[in-house]
Amino acid sequence: MSTSAKLPARRGLRPAHFVFLAWALLLAAMPFLADNYFVRLATFVAMYSALALSWNFIGGYTGYPSFATAAFVGLGSYTGAVLQNAGAPMVAAWVCATLFTGLVAALIGAAILRMKGHYFAVGSITLIEVLHQVASLWSSVTGGGEGLNVPILAGGPDFAGRVFLYAMLATLLLVWAVTLWVDRSKLGFGLRCISQNEDAADMVGIQVNRYKTVAFTLSALFCGTVGAIYASWVSYISPSDAFSVLLTLKVPAMAMLGGLGTVYGPIVGAAAFVLMEETIWAHFLDYNQAILGVVIVLLILFLPGGFLKIDYRRLWRRPPPARPAAPAASALSAAVTGEKAEKGEKADKAAAAPLATFAREGRS
Amino acid sequence: METYIQIIANGLMLGALYACIAVGFSLVWGVLNVINMLHGSFIVLGGYLAFFAWAQLGVSPFVMLFVVAAVLFLLGFLIQYGAINRVVSKPVLLTLTLTFGLDLILYNFMNVVFEATPRRITLDLGSLGIGEVMLPYDRLLAMLLALAMTGILYWVLRSSRIGRAIVAVRMDRDAAALMGIRVNKVYAITFGISAMMAGACGALMAVVYPITTNTTGLLLGKAFTICVIGGLGSVPGALVGGLALGLIESFAGTWLGAQYAILIGSLLMLTLLMVRPTGLIGKRGYE
Repeated sequence: MSTSAKLPARRGLRPAHFVFLAWALLLAAMPFLADNYFVRLATFVAMYSALALSWNFIGGYTGYPSFATAAFVGLGSYTGAVLQNAGAPMVAAWVCATLFTGLVAALIGAAILRMKGHYFAVGSITLIEVLHQVASLWSSVTGGGEGLNVPILAGGPDFAGRVFLYAMLATLLLVWAVTLWVDRSKLGFGLRCISQNEDAADMVGIQVNRYKTVAFTLSALFCGTVGAIYASWVSYISPSDAFSVLLTLKVPAMAMLGGLGTVYGPIVGAAAFVLMEETIWAHFLDYNQAILGVVIVLLILFLPGGFLKIDYRRLWRRPPPARPAAPAASALSAAVTGEKAEKGEKADKAAAAPLATFAREGRS
Repeated sequence: METYIQIIANGLMLGALYACIAVGFSLVWGVLNVINMLHGSFIVLGGYLAFFAWAQLGVSPFVMLFVVAAVLFLLGFLIQYGAINRVVSKPVLLTLTLTFGLDLILYNFMNVVFEATPRRITLDLGSLGIGEVMLPYDRLLAMLLALAMTGILYWVLRSSRIGRAIVAVRMDRDAAALMGIRVNKVYAITFGISAMMAGACGALMAVVYPITTNTTGLLLGKAFTICVIGGLGSVPGALVGGLALGLIESFAGTWLGAQYAILIGSLLMLTLLMVRPTGLIGKRGYE
């Protein structure tokens, strides 16, 4: 099918790109500006941004409720740790872990992407449990429940902190570049179509299964990288730490906090989330999970579209005159501000449609 | 031979409890189209309430069952009415994440108030010996009560006014609304019934197994597995699935070692999900 005429017209330089690059530069400059605590914080911001962007491929663009993030992070961290313990150089271990995770995800994806909706969500959660059990039981390789030590990087904590910060940042930039490409390419268009109506997408000639598998693999690939880097960074992993169900919930929550299916939503969401975690939650250690829960509940109930989908211009203007209640779909589409208005083409519907689907689709 | 009968008996006693866990979860999934991540926490909450009533006030868990059921029904009703009803028709991602968030709150609350130490109600009722096969009375009683509760739920759904309303909403939400059924209220009652079953089952489980907050995820996983084995939204499906999982775990635990039981259950579930998502005896699935 010819999609070239309908691709969202987002080429060219947008201010958002510069804001993002400035943000990345700020994170990169952290070792020269502040102490190790902030370097560590910046590493976390980069790490979660990369994870949220990865999840966005399957959860945001394709609209499949995947909760498998922790499975692939765990797989990546175990692969990286085992390779490093076998004597592989650190960076080579990271690359191998990435490729291995991607390969596994492609194989698993081809199988579990046949499920839809609730079944897919349950299947993806089960995947974590299966890998968790394998990591606990296969003790000759994974060290079992006692976990696995990873060689500590030589050169002192300052040097190591910088290495891991730049590694995470590099991963983030890579995922960002891939997201930009997907966002503009035929692949991204196809994924949005699948998100709106999979059967219709199939009808008009999108190779649904191949597209979904690619999206799933992309979403897992960089989780593997992040996992491997994380394993080297903390130099110890255990099954319950690597395959944490909490992580699998946090990452979609971050993407939703920013805005699903957008390039910058997950980055904004991850940064806001990590900073919130550090500033507020650190003071209430006993209530850590409850506060996370409250944040998620408030987010779902009152801000389901995320930060980037609030109409900030309308917030400042006086409220419009009362009019009959618009259908939810058009109200939501109208709430997509700024960048949608710039484009002003029919083709924008492609980008706005996942939202409309959200409102319309009822039961998926 | 006796060993096999013993394994089967253990499996069935376990399976009856599993069926009771799954029946409420399956009801919510089938009727509300919501995956209720709170379910595991409801079970543990029921267990804790029964344990503390027994340990500190000396109330028998079999009496406490009714109190726990009432408390959990109210809790479930309020959660559904206040929170989940607002997003109940949204995609899975939102509803599932919402119940996940609520689960974190409840879980954290239980950890702070009750602490995560494993606790078990020890009644020491002795056991019934038939030949070599030993059936502890407390397990037997728990099994019978679990089966009775499942049976009552089945009867309620089949014959009572509210049960017919629940089934009607499940079949066609809009048509049910046109017939004068208040859908939101039915949703809240359904969720309340589900929480009630979970809590009552937790009270029974506390008699048989140690209860700790760390098992919430495990119990939830079992509910998933049973729903997938048996098929969604039907009481007989949950019963068959529960008994099947009980037997599978019992045999897998004996032959391979207890640590493999979870892995076997999860793998079985993934395979079934891919091959036959409507379950072993399910009709066409309600997606």
